[in-house]
Amino acid sequence: MLKYVGKSEKRVDGIKKVTGYVRYTDDLKLSGMLYARIKKSPYPHAKILRIDTSKAEKLPGVKVVITGKVVPNRVGLYLEDKTFLAINKVRFIGEPVAAVAAESEEIAEEAVSLIEVDYEELPAIFSPLEGIKPDAPIIHEDLGSYKHASIILPQSGTNISNHYKIRKGDVEKGFKEADFVFENDFHVPHIQHSAIENHCAIAQVDPEGKITVWAGCQSPYAVRRTLAVAFDMPLNKIRVISPAIGGGFGAKAGTTLEGIVIPLAQQANYRPVKLSFSREDVFTNTFIRQGMYARIKTGITKDGKIIAEENTFYWDGGAYTEYGVNIARAGGYASTGPYDIPNVKADSICVYTNHPVGGPYRGFGMSEIHFAIEQNLDIVAHKIGMDPAEFRRKNALKDGSATVTGQVLENVGLMQCLDKVTEDIEWDKREKRVSKIKYRGKGIACMYKAPSMPNNVGSSAIVKINEDGTVNLLVTAMDLGQGSDTVLTQIAAEVLTVPISQISIMTGDTDCTPYEWQTVASRTTYCCGNSVKRAAEDAKNQMLRLASLKFGISEEGLELKDGQIISKIYPDKKVKIADLAMGLTMPDGSGIHGPIIGRGAFIPPDVKDTDKETGQGDKPVAFWTFGVQAAEVEVDIETGEVKVLKIAAAYDVGKAINPELICTQIEGGIVQGLGSALFEEMKIEKGKVLNPSFVDYKIPTAGDVPEMKISIIENPEPTGPWGARGIAEPCMVPTAPAIANAVFDAIGCRINSLPITAEKVLKAIKEKKR
Amino acid sequence: MKHKIRFTINGEVKEMEVQPNKTLLKMLREDLDLIGAKEGCGAGECGACTVLVDNEPVNSCLMLAVEADGKEILTIEGLSDDINLDSIQESFLKHNAIQCGYCTPGMVMSAKALLNRNPHPTEEDVKEALAGNLCRCTGYQRIINAVLDVAKKGGKK
Repeated sequence: MLKYVGKSEKRVDGIKKVTGYVRYTDDLKLSGMLYARIKKSPYPHAKILRIDTSKAEKLPGVKVVITGKVVPNRVGLYLEDKTFLAINKVRFIGEPVAAVAAESEEIAEEAVSLIEVDYEELPAIFSPLEGIKPDAPIIHEDLGSYKHASIILPQSGTNISNHYKIRKGDVEKGFKEADFVFENDFHVPHIQHSAIENHCAIAQVDPEGKITVWAGCQSPYAVRRTLAVAFDMPLNKIRVISPAIGGGFGAKAGTTLEGIVIPLAQQANYRPVKLSFSREDVFTNTFIRQGMYARIKTGITKDGKIIAEENTFYWDGGAYTEYGVNIARAGGYASTGPYDIPNVKADSICVYTNHPVGGPYRGFGMSEIHFAIEQNLDIVAHKIGMDPAEFRRKNALKDGSATVTGQVLENVGLMQCLDKVTEDIEWDKREKRVSKIKYRGKGIACMYKAPSMPNNVGSSAIVKINEDGTVNLLVTAMDLGQGSDTVLTQIAAEVLTVPISQISIMTGDTDCTPYEWQTVASRTTYCCGNSVKRAAEDAKNQMLRLASLKFGISEEGLELKDGQIISKIYPDKKVKIADLAMGLTMPDGSGIHGPIIGRGAFIPPDVKDTDKETGQGDKPVAFWTFGVQAAEVEVDIETGEVKVLKIAAAYDVGKAINPELICTQIEGGIVQGLGSALFEEMKIEKGKVLNPSFVDYKIPTAGDVPEMKISIIENPEPTGPWGARGIAEPCMVPTAPAIANAVFDAIGCRINSLPITAEKVLKAIKEKKR
Repeated sequence: MKHKIRFTINGEVKEMEVQPNKTLLKMLREDLDLIGAKEGCGAGECGACTVLVDNEPVNSCLMLAVEADGKEILTIEGLSDDINLDSIQESFLKHNAIQCGYCTPGMVMSAKALLNRNPHPTEEDVKEALAGNLCRCTGYQRIINAVLDVAKKGGKK
């Protein structure tokens, strides 16, 4: 019987948040603090001829001015292709070329305007389709010499920073055998994560040269590693603290501002330096979601079985793809969506452009490719006169099916999700025309997603038992709002049989909390959760050994129950956790063992590289999460406006450690997906972002919320804690294609690019009438 | 030149000298260490800096500090004391209406203003009152439910 796992415990961070007590990075005020500003490039692609900082340096109140010279090392998570400040050339509008630290923000701002930079403009690239042309200008001339992870394949002398290939079966033979072959194109624009907290970082250097950085970052250890490379520092001389994070969604998964405040702080005579980004900076100078062009060629038989598919994805990676290369990889190993297709050729290609930097955004490639895959599936189903839900059932991955990489699956809950969602949206009922101008429709979309990460990245946790039997849990998985602090506490509570209120969780300090690769990829409950479980079990086993000595009963004869270790046979033989916390006191008054500290570590088992030429491999990822959403929309054919009335969603989460928190994730994901479906697009003209504000870049408000019906399915993942899988990102993946398919169902028009604006809908209606 | 102003903040009378171009948000955060109000955009677009001025919700990033002269200001810090939370805060906890927490203070203050002027709002009233407060995490429904629940109970916990 589980006592804490599987229960909708309240958030452990709730009271601090609802009272406004939580200190985010921008809320920190350190004595003697200096304020930083960056000088940005006005050109999308240009040589830097001269930088003159002398006037800025002379301005009273200015303490430090730096250029790229002080941080020459290239850094990057998967591909070391960027420097924190531009060196020799700039590759996007807004790229930092210099930075200033001054006594106030106003002085720093003025100093930046006094920095003179001469440029020589270079021909630029604004689309991956231009970037792959043989005569395209080259954005990274030295790509061939950049260091990169073995799973990434950059092509020297081109703008292609990664190319993931799938060659499964015989695709040409498949197309020959097919009764019908269809081809469709789709486009997904750049969007921005739009967490409400803007990015902020503070750095301070002590007299021994040790650097402390405070930044609302998702991945303190990955940040520390990147900074160590940038500044040639040993890891123990850099301390990264993530005080709290006001939303991340991937935008705070990398290292950006940290690399600018450190070199300023290194010359600031031990004073802390703070850099706060404005909303506009966040749009232009932090990660944005990569744009993507997709072409899908599908071969099917008369009875609706897909037997061949050829997919090409061109990713608009932006100016630096240190992180973005892995999005192309994920798009490759998931390239057909959750369907069983015997013959596949897929190419997922990451291309440099002179756009702002593309990076991870909730769902990491999956939202983008599923928009194409799931609309394509609908188009094909309609062409052969088959019900879209039925068509999906026929081709869905099931137990024993092989994925696009040849991985054979078990415990696949996709069909259950399909059944639940079609029931909740009343798929078979249609009321199409509700008035002369309002038409309704229903659409469905499936999804799958795996944590996209290197095979061998680790998590760890420490459980400290206190003298009174209460517990401190230390991890570096960060709670960005998804609720990991609560879920990880529940896991420790379950193993230790200690109430939630008696466990304090601490996160995000590389000098104190143990290693965690990153808080990304919907991997925290699974990876960090496993390490917390192991740490708690380790502590429990230490106490069982001590109790065994105390009572002379074998460990097997004892159990931990409600905070005490008790004999399974003799209930009077019992000892409280508190009485073993500092070790065992023997009858003669001597002590043994000492304080109980549990240690847990985890790496997903048996995840291996795929073949570089064919993309085939039997376990390229730790696990897959499957889910389905269906949308009901109402389209106004006079204005073209689309209103989402209802979304039904079902996900196979393996085991819901906290069902309510999963529902909150799904609701948030749906509404974020709805924003990407209907309004969100970064308007970028010749490299310049035209709408870097919430007035011009609209995200959903309380008025846009549809009715939501959410279902949780539980087919356990054998390697997850109590069977749990990740869920945070999958929530938003199918929303946009489900809405697009519903729009088609309502008015018979296909909108092949996001967002589905009223303008596009009206145009499509007019074209259809012709 | 600095201006001398006198105002009530969370029930306490304060006198201060402020620069004419300083926003109320900056005064709260920098001079009074009341950091519950957040800057999400600095342009009145996101509502994270919402406080009550004479009971009306205001984007404090758009209001100058000098305009606070003679006014009564309530921030999230003044809504609860060491022992008791406001019924809206209790309801946000109960309904899991919080994720990252960054929009939460502003959201709670907008809800407070709504319930002050309209103790029995409809769902549409709540949506309208909160439309200026952006939240990227929750999907809003639980926030709406939390506010409606307070109204249903007549402000009691």
